[in-house]
Amino acid sequence: MLEVQGITQRFGGVTALEDVSFRVAEGAITGIIGPNGAGKTTLFNIVTGIYTPTGGTVHLQGKNVTRFAPERLATLGMVRTFQNIELFGKMTVLENVMVGLHTKGKSGILASSLRLPWQVAEERRMRERAFHWLEFTGITDLADTEAGNLPFGKGRLLETARAMALEPKVILMDEPAAGLNSRETLELARLIQKIRESGITVALVEHDMELVMDICDAIVVLNLGRKLAEGTPREIQENSEVISAYLGEG
Amino acid sequence: MMDKRSLLKHEAVKFIPFALLILALPMAFREGYLLNVFVFVGIHTLLAVALNLLLGYAGQISLGQAAFFGLGAYGSGILTATHGLNPWLAMVLVAAAVGVLAFLIGFPILKLKGHYLAMATLGFGIIVYIVFNEAVDVTGGPSGLSGIPNLAVGGITFDSDFKNYYLIWGITLLTILLSLNLVNSRIGRGLRAIHDSEVAARVMGVNVRLLKVQIFALSAVISSVAGSLYAYTMTFVSPTSFGFNFSVELVTMVIIGGLGSIYGSFLGAALLTLLPEFLRAFQDYDIVVYGFLLIFMTMYMPGGLVRGIPALVGRIAERIGIRKKVDA
Repeated sequence: MLEVQGITQRFGGVTALEDVSFRVAEGAITGIIGPNGAGKTTLFNIVTGIYTPTGGTVHLQGKNVTRFAPERLATLGMVRTFQNIELFGKMTVLENVMVGLHTKGKSGILASSLRLPWQVAEERRMRERAFHWLEFTGITDLADTEAGNLPFGKGRLLETARAMALEPKVILMDEPAAGLNSRETLELARLIQKIRESGITVALVEHDMELVMDICDAIVVLNLGRKLAEGTPREIQENSEVISAYLGEG
Repeated sequence: MMDKRSLLKHEAVKFIPFALLILALPMAFREGYLLNVFVFVGIHTLLAVALNLLLGYAGQISLGQAAFFGLGAYGSGILTATHGLNPWLAMVLVAAAVGVLAFLIGFPILKLKGHYLAMATLGFGIIVYIVFNEAVDVTGGPSGLSGIPNLAVGGITFDSDFKNYYLIWGITLLTILLSLNLVNSRIGRGLRAIHDSEVAARVMGVNVRLLKVQIFALSAVISSVAGSLYAYTMTFVSPTSFGFNFSVELVTMVIIGGLGSIYGSFLGAALLTLLPEFLRAFQDYDIVVYGFLLIFMTMYMPGGLVRGIPALVGRIAERIGIRKKVDA
């Protein structure tokens, strides 16, 4: 589904990522882990078009999408969530999800101002569709709440609903469990599995080892900007290099 | 839960009484001096709504709105007074040209953010202002351009405050209605998304760059129409009406009225147009009162009049025990 090849990223004299390659298999949940400063978020920002890499390529379903802008990746079926949830704070929960449906609509300034019949029908469809994703994530009762007023855990669910609204092929989640309590993390794990069951490929960067080992089919370990290991959760748990990197003996 | 239909009703509930109030207003002071002031409230509302789409919704500052207003005014003035074109045709042609111009300068300019965008639009405003002053052969220079005709339709010539009031407010009310539709649509959500988080908007597939430029151009077109209406109403234009001060005044109207509120734009425009009239008694000190009000507003009503007044009424009602305190 997603193929990252030889990604290198330098910021001035600092090498954040050095020749990182891995694959995200279709229909699987792939976890990217590593100690702080390993380059996980940088890698995500490159894959999702927010940073331009110094070198290397990213392929989405065989198509070279390196240096594609996020809005273009969105139309190709790639979407992401953010570590510090990036909601549209002054808009309602429902409206947030409707922004996720932006690419599904085609009404422009003229049709919207004049409220043409097909635009009204499109709005109605978008609204219904948005409610579907609110139900999917279990936050229908918050539809009219201003997103900025949501507790963090609910915000995370909203961000997921908004991303799902794009009906992506692959969803990249940057530390989805960050800031969640254990009950919320459990709910999130179920939601991620539900996303996978609906046929969507998931890649996530995560610190919560229990969550990663529990739900991931494959794991990529980064350390100091390089790929340290790759394998199933069991393989990773038994990998001595990974253990020493985490215990700080490297 | 608010479905599509109730949202529409929700807007209609506000718009219809608002429109009726505006249309009934001249009955209160037919042909009086205040009627003339309210003609300007209409033009300023049009300009404030245009800027609010850009500043209040998309979150992009423009300190060059007076330039688009001026281009509309001078464009229509020159085409009609100098070249004898039909005023309606001139208004449409100029608006289209201003739209194209804004679209072209929007692409490079709107890549900038915050203070840099403010500076770039300010620079554009100053350039246009200089052209108005210096292109004496075309614009008449500092002494202005006169002999601009009134608009006319059928047998009616819009040559009185009473007629102009209905002409301008007709167009303004229509613009308000279309703007309300726009901000409650896919496009409106896209604009607000850009305002709240540009990166998230892009990840959601919103073509941020294009949408910003489109709304900038739309804002310029509306301002240009306001400029044309101004020229046809005054039958005379001079550069001083289109300087930097006026751009700042428009930003002030939008902020005082309420960012991201179409009705707020009306309140801001009305206050800033009416206020100087009432402050004449203070003579040279009116600017002090004006400044004090600005400081007061930004400190105590940062959401603008449109949000501040209901909040204030609520607090007073609560204080005197009419309404129980409602938990947020």
